[in-house]
Amino acid sequence: MNFDAILDEFPKYVEGLGVTLKLLALSLSCGLLLAVPLAVVRTVSKGIASRLVWAYTYVFRGTPMLVQLFLCYYGLAQFDAVRESWAWPWLSSATFCAWLTFTLNTAAYTTEIIAGSIRALPAGEIEAAKALGMGRALMLRRIVLPAALRRALPAYGNEAIFMLHGTSLASVVTLLDLTGAARTVNATYYLPFEAFITAGAFYFVLTLVLVGLFRWAENRWLKPMMSR
Amino acid sequence: MLLHGFLPSLLEGASVTLGLALSSLAVAIVLGLVGALAKLSRSRVAQGLATVYTTLIRGVPDLLLMLLVFYGGQVAVNTLAPMLGHEDYIDINPFVAGVLTIGFIFGAYLTESFRGAFLAVPPGQREAGLAFGMSPRQVLWRITLPQMLRHALPGLSNNWLVLVKSTAIVSVIGLSDLMTRGQQAAGNTREPFSFYLAVALIYLVFTSLSELGFAWASKRLAIGAKEARL
Repeated sequence: MNFDAILDEFPKYVEGLGVTLKLLALSLSCGLLLAVPLAVVRTVSKGIASRLVWAYTYVFRGTPMLVQLFLCYYGLAQFDAVRESWAWPWLSSATFCAWLTFTLNTAAYTTEIIAGSIRALPAGEIEAAKALGMGRALMLRRIVLPAALRRALPAYGNEAIFMLHGTSLASVVTLLDLTGAARTVNATYYLPFEAFITAGAFYFVLTLVLVGLFRWAENRWLKPMMSR
Repeated sequence: MLLHGFLPSLLEGASVTLGLALSSLAVAIVLGLVGALAKLSRSRVAQGLATVYTTLIRGVPDLLLMLLVFYGGQVAVNTLAPMLGHEDYIDINPFVAGVLTIGFIFGAYLTESFRGAFLAVPPGQREAGLAFGMSPRQVLWRITLPQMLRHALPGLSNNWLVLVKSTAIVSVIGLSDLMTRGQQAAGNTREPFSFYLAVALIYLVFTSLSELGFAWASKRLAIGAKEARL
């Protein structure tokens, strides 16, 4: 084992950590923002809207994220209409495509998680809200969403960790995230163990941080409402 | 012509992907069973090892592990081989590296599913087996394992779906799987969107068929199980 080269290249890893964290934070937050209304549509509506949301989550959950990323980053260039449109400067950027793909992917999983916990709400809570004369919007805002989002926390924590690991795919479309940094270091020095284990250590610590964050959030928001 | 004649190549890639996924699943099931039994055993050492295994593997991205096994394995094998009197340079087979890595990763996830499933079998079943004079091994094979399968099925089906999709990353280390075939066709025809879409559809067929299969299996395994109705 030779960690001298790794120490020299440490700034690369720190930069990679920044890219990974940026991608993770942006895609998780945008994905969640997208998922909440979609989950409501999925559970409340009974018509075509619910079907469309189902089709979206089905396709995104049924195909590998790597294929989705390639479709966006390499695939869209096939169409002249896309290349000549105002969106091309964005769509030709690896960072933007990675963010877009990760966001749509995590939104699909998160939609199903939240929709599942909305469906699992105790009937009594909704009946009580109706008995108090609440309309549908008020009931969603005050009763359904707060309760469902709290109950979705454990499953959402897993999804967040999956997304952290998923961001490593960004290295395949040339981005220098943590995995990208490790691949560059390996390509330069041919030290696969040292290069990849260092990145692995970073991911492991990030995973532990996420686990800790979600444990804290569960203690803060989920535990108080569970029956003792 | 449909897909410029690349359809046979894609289907060939699809069969490689399927073979890779099934072989990895076999490795993962074995590791998962060993891991679950280790976690439930009385030996502190076995428990500790299994915990380190599941915690470490689940904390690191699969792509990174794949790169570690492929490039690291290359170095390891070529450092060790000369000591054993082997002269030539040895190339690691990406299929083997893929199966080992994916099997190793999903073994960790299955350890957790199987552990829960073992715990879901009522202890009276095991005790009854022992009371009949069966050896612990017989109890495991005849009583506990067949019954835990029903409880393990939801976890198994989830992990299988994730596993099938994970196999796409083996294209990064150069295995000629579905993803790689799609990339080649996309490069040759300059129609990347059509081919990646075709690849996505084939994966979608795999995952859809799997879901149907698991729905059937869970019905089949639930025969004779009491169902609670409200």
